[in-house]
Amino acid sequence: MEVSRHWRLKKQRYALEGEVCPHCHAKIFPPRDVCPDCGLDARTLYQFSGRGEVYSFAKVQDAPEAHSEQSPYTVALIRLEEGPLVTAQLTDIGDQPLEVGSPVEMVTRKLRSDGERGMLVYGYKFRPLLRPSI
Amino acid sequence: MSPRNPSPPAHDVFIAGVSLTKAGEHWQTSLRELAFEAVRLAQIDAGGLVPQALYVANAFAPILSHQIQLGALIADFSGLRGIEAVTVEAAGASGGMALRQAFLALMSGQLETAMVLGVEKMTDKIGPAVLSALATTTDADHEAVHGITPAAQAALLMQRYLYEYEAPSNALAGFSINSHANAVTNPNAIFQRALSEEAYTKAAMVCEPLNIMDAAPSVDGAAAVLLARRSVLPSESETPRVRILGSASATSALALHDQPDILTFTAAAESAHAAYAQSGLKAKDIDVFELHDQFSIFSALSLEAAGFAEKGQGWRLAHDGQIGLQGRIPITTFGGSTARGDSGGATGVYQLAEVVLQLQKRADKNQVMDTKIGMAQCLGGIGSTACTHILGRE
Ligand SMILES: [Zn+2]
Repeated sequence: MEVSRHWRLKKQRYALEGEVCPHCHAKIFPPRDVCPDCGLDARTLYQFSGRGEVYSFAKVQDAPEAHSEQSPYTVALIRLEEGPLVTAQLTDIGDQPLEVGSPVEMVTRKLRSDGERGMLVYGYKFRPLLRPSI
Repeated sequence: MSPRNPSPPAHDVFIAGVSLTKAGEHWQTSLRELAFEAVRLAQIDAGGLVPQALYVANAFAPILSHQIQLGALIADFSGLRGIEAVTVEAAGASGGMALRQAFLALMSGQLETAMVLGVEKMTDKIGPAVLSALATTTDADHEAVHGITPAAQAALLMQRYLYEYEAPSNALAGFSINSHANAVTNPNAIFQRALSEEAYTKAAMVCEPLNIMDAAPSVDGAAAVLLARRSVLPSESETPRVRILGSASATSALALHDQPDILTFTAAAESAHAAYAQSGLKAKDIDVFELHDQFSIFSALSLEAAGFAEKGQGWRLAHDGQIGLQGRIPITTFGGSTARGDSGGATGVYQLAEVVLQLQKRADKNQVMDTKIGMAQCLGGIGSTACTHILGRE
């Protein structure tokens, strides 16, 4: 059980809360307090939209222990519309063929189950963007 | 030259002896027994030289064998009781980093001899437990929690590589085929069978688009390299002397998404170029290159990072048959991680010992012609730690 570890990461996991650099305006996710672009302090909170597109993806057949009940699953690098890349699972894929460049949006789902006592960790996944019906 | 890797005044650190043990599934042999065998054989190879310190390269014993403090454990068990000993961990780069720490200690003048031992016991656990251990090389909070494994990272790299450079789906086949061909005559390899292009194409997916032939098997293994200053080298030796000409290391982020460009192995490039600068050499001077091929895509990206191919063109070296024993730049000459087997933190020591065998003309059927200069590059994770050594025959 690592309750405090996951609690610390709650805001970024549930709400995709990152940072924006007050010096060069780079958007930062996951938050890291030092701007990767200019190296200066960056602690201003920034709310990401949750929209982006698939930068790369792969289908995991052999899962580690905490993810074996989800196997097989698809993981991806998502290019958020604000700039950063983020690693996440894709969900609700359905029959649509997946491609680099496919638009996606963030949803909250169960990420993993931790150990025998079954602590569940929730957080962001991404699904193909649902286009509004006309 | 990178200010992080300043060139020491004069390198007079030599390889006095090496050992390689069979990589494989050693159900009957414990971690300490694997280690002892490699220590013993390296000492014999070095004419009985006794090391003043032991640097153990290991990544997974704390998780898979519930054992830390391997330095003291192995020194005690290997007949080296009492000497200075410590573990060096940098995932798959542990071997290179252990050699670098030993090299720095010898260059400082504090030590005259040191043993670098790589050991890994992967088969004390099976399946998902091993995968969970391997996944600790990724960013726990932002990758592993999402179910990312090293194979998944490699598959994400491969997918993007093939997409961005419009390479065919079998673009990386040549790396696995070359490694398997070289392993046929390596008695220490776990796979000693050639691989055909057809078999590669039909191989089962591990993490689509990455198939089982693109990924190295995780195996038990131990190898060692015994270092000595010139002053304590045995005066007589049947084998040519091999000296460390360049030693450099660099890091980047653990997570793929934190790389400025995922298709550039920046730490690999930085450490390679620092090692070139130290030794006054260039990529074209390297006769044999033991790179880190835990996944076939790593071979392409490593060749590009070290300056053997333009960005996006690394796969063509394999495709065009330029990486074989007679090729322009021979790599994985004993099968690499792909076919010799990947033994986690010990892998780098295998790579280094294999370069030494090539330079000393002791590679038997795997011998590359006219080898004077060799390079070993060890990577942790997706090149998050990179350690490059250039070795030269006297
Ligand atoms: Zn900035």
